[in-house]
Amino acid sequence: MLRILNKTIRLGVLTEARPGSDNAELERLGIAVKRRVTRRFSGSLAIRAVDAGSCNACELEIHALNNPYHDIERFGVHFVASPRHADVLLVTGPVSRHMQTALIRTFEAMPAPRFVIAAGTCACTGGEFGVSYASCGAVGNVLPVDVEIPGCPPAPIHLLQGILALLRA
Amino acid sequence: MRVFSCLEGAGDYLVLEALLRTAAPELPSQSSVYPVADRFERHTRDLLGIAYTDAPDTRRWLRHQAWDEGAFPLRHDYPVAGRPPEPTPADGAYPFRKVAGSGVYEIPVGPVHAGIIEPGHFRFSAVGEEILSLEEHLGYVHKGVEKLAVGRDPVALARLAGRVSGDTTVGHAWAACMAMERAAGCEVPARANELRALLCERERVANHLGDIGAICNDVGFSFAHYQCARLRECWQRRNALLFGHRLLMDCIVPGGICRDIQQAAIAGLLSEYATLRAELTSLFDLLQDIPALQDRLLTTGWLSPEDARELGCTGYVGKASGHAFDVRANHPYPPYDRFDIAIPVLEGCDVMARMQLRMREIEASLKWMEHLLGDLSDGPVAGAWPGDVASVQGMGFVDGWRGEIMVYLRFDGNGRVARYFPCDPSWHHWPALERLIEGNIVPDFPVCNKSVNGSYSGTDL
Repeated sequence: MLRILNKTIRLGVLTEARPGSDNAELERLGIAVKRRVTRRFSGSLAIRAVDAGSCNACELEIHALNNPYHDIERFGVHFVASPRHADVLLVTGPVSRHMQTALIRTFEAMPAPRFVIAAGTCACTGGEFGVSYASCGAVGNVLPVDVEIPGCPPAPIHLLQGILALLRA
Repeated sequence: MRVFSCLEGAGDYLVLEALLRTAAPELPSQSSVYPVADRFERHTRDLLGIAYTDAPDTRRWLRHQAWDEGAFPLRHDYPVAGRPPEPTPADGAYPFRKVAGSGVYEIPVGPVHAGIIEPGHFRFSAVGEEILSLEEHLGYVHKGVEKLAVGRDPVALARLAGRVSGDTTVGHAWAACMAMERAAGCEVPARANELRALLCERERVANHLGDIGAICNDVGFSFAHYQCARLRECWQRRNALLFGHRLLMDCIVPGGICRDIQQAAIAGLLSEYATLRAELTSLFDLLQDIPALQDRLLTTGWLSPEDARELGCTGYVGKASGHAFDVRANHPYPPYDRFDIAIPVLEGCDVMARMQLRMREIEASLKWMEHLLGDLSDGPVAGAWPGDVASVQGMGFVDGWRGEIMVYLRFDGNGRVARYFPCDPSWHHWPALERLIEGNIVPDFPVCNKSVNGSYSGTDL
């Protein structure tokens, strides 16, 4: 126990300052959405992440949001297990045909108001996989999307900017 | 229709070829001899329509509801767009095995899981807390990788290969490029191979760090999770700094790599290794000295050496069950053929052993990268792609962080990809998970699953 405490105390706090807000970036993400979220969710946002067909690279970077450097929970943003508890559906991957109904059902299980973030290039445009017998392509082909965060995969800082865009007025 | 199968014994690979009538392709099933062949056979039946006689399991595998029973998407006459129903219904009627008995109940899990994780369905049959059997139903992230590969040029194929399984982007891109280069007779400069190995070892270290932390976190020891996540983040930032991408995506291209490192960066890398080693020495020492961790990880998820061997498990799954196979040592490829590689092997067979194996592999990778940087060749990092590549085929074998990655690739008469099949080690590890979970308690499933960490995307393709 002493060794654990020793390590923890010696390391101190590693968490970095929040990313700077680039006005053009915020504009792109849609100011109207942000205002609604701030008003309705009092600055606290519950996210349900669904991999709808990604190669799992996006999941690695979403995990990194919870590491000590990014610590997304300090912004009131937390990942929840049930769509019933979620305000935001964070979707990665092109939507595979095999996941299409599961994704729609997850969305429908969320209480309104609800928002959808498409995270990663595949989720935004279909990316390397596009539309095929096996893939519906972009998340927007299946669900109404409020925010798109491109990148293959998007770095945690970009995910953070995209998610924070929903919270800022 | 030509069908290939690849067998490995003592580091040698044997490729068998069978010529079938396309109108009614049929082969005898090998699943009763090689149990792991089961899903490969069902995969090729669902995508190509090959019938297997005497197959022990005749259920569909990859086919859910996006195409009909008589349609075979990987055949040349099947359009890429297909004719999927809109929306594609859920696959609710998959015929799971029934486990009968007094007090037996089923727990269906997925495809959408509680965490930030890939989708798949697990059907547990349990009595009380104890798992009697687990049946996996995967295929949810099937996005037509093999079909999308057809017609691509080498550069575009390498990009696709880098997205077969995002956590293994280096391993899969390397194996695909190796297959293409061998097919085309492309010479890869020594320095390029050395830097590819450096990237591959960096990927191994990053994933092992993440998994060690996640295994501990799954039994409630978050200290390790935060420490490992911190070290992994630093490691990934160095990736971005030196190679332009946090996960090293698209760094490996046909003929070599896309970015050289400067002499000045080498000193930085060496000091990074020294720092990480010092951190890990004390951290790993601590992790192996926590009674609560020992209590949860020892004897949990026991995979017998016989099962590991029978299923052909490689990487940390095979090596933690005494199976000392590693492509880098048993079927060495440049630059690993220049060095003696010490392959750590453990006999513990449990979650603890798979975690400790990862610790040993990180130490070995650090040492190995130091050797590599101390003896780095001069010269270019990319070879010229030959102009006249037509109707040739090749295979690539790489030891990725999960284990043996095997790729088959054939070019058509115009130098475009005619067939691409990447075999991720997870094909062997998923069936191992079904075996090692038996007799464990339901709450230990996450940690058992994490200790194996099969790739969904890498096998659903």
